[in-house]
Amino acid sequence: MARNAELAELAESIFAASYDKGATGLDTAAWKACAESGLTTLTDPEVGGTLEDSAVLLEAAGAWAARVPLAETDLLGGWLARAADLAAPDGPSVAVTGSAAAGAGDTVSVELARVPWGRALVAVVLLDGDRVLVLDTADAAVTEGANIAEEPRDTLTFTGVTPVASGAAPAGAAEELALRAALARSLLLAGAARGALARSIGYAGERQQFGRPIARFQAVQQMLAEAGSEVAAAAASSAAAARTARTAGFADPATVFAVAAAKSRCGEAATAVARIAHQVHGAIGFTREHDLRLVSTRLWAWRDEDGNEAYWNDRVGELALRAGADGLWPLVTGRP
Amino acid sequence: MAPVAGASTTLTRLPELVPEPVDLPESLAGLRAEVRAFLAAERAAGAWTPRADVWLSGWDEGFSKRLGERGWLGMTIPPEYGGHGRGALERYVVTEELLAAGAPVAAHWIADRQIGPSLLRHGTEEQRQAFLPGIARGEIYFGIGMSEPDSGSDLASVRTRATRVDGGWELSGTKVWTSGAHHAHAFFALVRTEPRDDAHRHAGLSQFLVELDRPGVEIRPIPLLTGAHHFNEVVFDKVFIPDSRVFGELGNGWAQVTGELAFERSGPERFLSTYPLLAALVGELTAAGAVDPGTRRRIGSLVSRVWTLRAMSLAVAGALESGAAPELAAALVKDLGTRYENEIVDAARLLVDTPPDPGAESGFARLLADAVLHAPGFTLRGGTNEVLRGIVARGMGLR
Ligand SMILES: Cc1cc2nc3c(=O)[nH]c(=O)nc-3n(C[C@H](O)[C@H](O)[C@H](O)COP(=O)(O)OP(=O)(O)OC[C@H]3O[C@@H](n4cnc5c(N)ncnc54)[C@H](O)[C@@H]3O)c2cc1C
Repeated sequence: MARNAELAELAESIFAASYDKGATGLDTAAWKACAESGLTTLTDPEVGGTLEDSAVLLEAAGAWAARVPLAETDLLGGWLARAADLAAPDGPSVAVTGSAAAGAGDTVSVELARVPWGRALVAVVLLDGDRVLVLDTADAAVTEGANIAEEPRDTLTFTGVTPVASGAAPAGAAEELALRAALARSLLLAGAARGALARSIGYAGERQQFGRPIARFQAVQQMLAEAGSEVAAAAASSAAAARTARTAGFADPATVFAVAAAKSRCGEAATAVARIAHQVHGAIGFTREHDLRLVSTRLWAWRDEDGNEAYWNDRVGELALRAGADGLWPLVTGRP
Repeated sequence: MAPVAGASTTLTRLPELVPEPVDLPESLAGLRAEVRAFLAAERAAGAWTPRADVWLSGWDEGFSKRLGERGWLGMTIPPEYGGHGRGALERYVVTEELLAAGAPVAAHWIADRQIGPSLLRHGTEEQRQAFLPGIARGEIYFGIGMSEPDSGSDLASVRTRATRVDGGWELSGTKVWTSGAHHAHAFFALVRTEPRDDAHRHAGLSQFLVELDRPGVEIRPIPLLTGAHHFNEVVFDKVFIPDSRVFGELGNGWAQVTGELAFERSGPERFLSTYPLLAALVGELTAAGAVDPGTRRRIGSLVSRVWTLRAMSLAVAGALESGAAPELAAALVKDLGTRYENEIVDAARLLVDTPPDPGAESGFARLLADAVLHAPGFTLRGGTNEVLRGIVARGMGLR
């Protein structure tokens, strides 16, 4: 399927319009614009977007360091609620796994740590063993926390609350949730890597030393070319994983392999691209004033979220070793 | 706060680094299965053993002819020239299966990969009829005559000269590093047909189709560091080349060579040279039983990388098939891919404590020995990584 150029343009224009390097917390203007265009529920069958459309959107969000929980709401919270035959929460949401204690009546208590965008959500869709509970965040005590990119990662404490809705979890929900989160994070990483490279190229063309732009120096060109190949690798791997997930579905072993490989590759690219981007920017990129930090801190934060390289490499390594010398190539090509 | 001026242009100005991703059509699964079955049967019969860097060193004319008989050479050449009129992606499938298996593909490699497409683009009807059917049968082999003693990275500085004579041209000069010239029937020589003009360094270059048995051509071996005969120095002493062997347009040599390089740089051979070693490494580890987490993760990283490189390389193949010349993407995939080939060598050395053994008939120790000794070439051949990064930098607007 062709990349959705129209969607890419729409997403870029929304994120560019509200881009504000000094702000933190939910970008309500961008969220509203996304919601009005159906982007917050893109893969809802009623809207009809595919995972590859979602890939285009998330990549753009990553490049712009957009402060909107799009992946959380559409790919995780909305998905899990729909998969359990429940109404998707009307507003920002996320799905997490946890184990709730039963209280009087049908009330539950649970403490959920490091919930992405916790304070800005209307609901958390909790995967609790073989059931799904939709919890209203208005019922939660919020302890604010953050990742190193200053994105909300809050602790939500629900004490004796009645779920808004509950249903049976679909088969394989825990694995699919983990894969969806890793795929979304890979796409965001690929976007942030592109954002860091674009900023670096722009800066290298403007910054003068020794009487000429630093982009004229071969050493700088070589660094940026290396960053270019890492950005390309992140884009290609995350897009391939999204494509595999769309065509084969999350339960297919090919998708498990592709998402695991993509998250690992995007994490490795994140490290290289952030390092090079900072080197090219010199001291100015190390300041709060400069917007490079918006993407470099996200590269550092996101490579560790939803499974770092060690975790996913372990999964890929296990699949490879199980495949053995003769099965390895069929694994790589997706062709048994 | 107001939107940051200029930010949007900065973020969208980045050129496309990899072309549109492609899916291999489901219909190619049958072809892939056929190739796998053929390779398994050949291996079982002991026709060859898997080696590293087979597209450089696995010269086996019998194997090439057997591929030709099956229709797996000259796949993209139209039937009227003895080819099979199939797509670039079908060819890709066959090629990657051959490389992954470590099959001996060197004899036909250059002819099949770049000479065929070049002849179709720039050759005369007579040249196509003369060479394409033999290429598709796996019977005619080619070399590449670009590099010279003082012209490697700076190819525009070639000094081999062609002078106009009655009915043709006379070539004098020296080509080096010519892979397989001692076996090949012919090569394309990049030569000067006009005196060098420093203001227009790429002008005045032309290509000639040189049959290597012509009088005045001398081919001298330049042994590799292993002692193997792969490279050659090819000396022209007033070699007569008839007009019928001018290749393409006079003076258009630079553009033609650049087009050829797009084919030369983007294929699966740029990240699969050491794949047979990776497979053997996985085999050694599985045979050994328990694998520690660090080792498993290292394997996971290597496998994630090869999977990613394949997606990128396929995207370039898809773009080539649709007629584009994705120079930037091809350069970037080759830079990443050839460095990756070296990573496998290091992982194999460090994860399995078996010394490389160039005397072994086959197996891990032999694959490792070949890979270690061939590794320096990966990041040189077809344009060095430093030069490729220059191309990427230019493509990204830095120069
Ligand atoms: C295995 C193998 C097979 C080959 N087969 C063929 C063949 O069949 N036909 C053929 O024509 N050629 C062939 N070559 C030659 C190959 O194309 C050249 O080796 C390559 O282009 C580099 O040229 P060089 O060896 O002269 O190195 P040089 O150009 O002398 O380069 C030496 C070093 O300087 C660096 N360097 C040079 N210029 C620059 C620059 N502008 N910026 C940054 N760094 C620079 C290079 O990257 C390299 O690290 C083969 C080479 C190998 C290794």
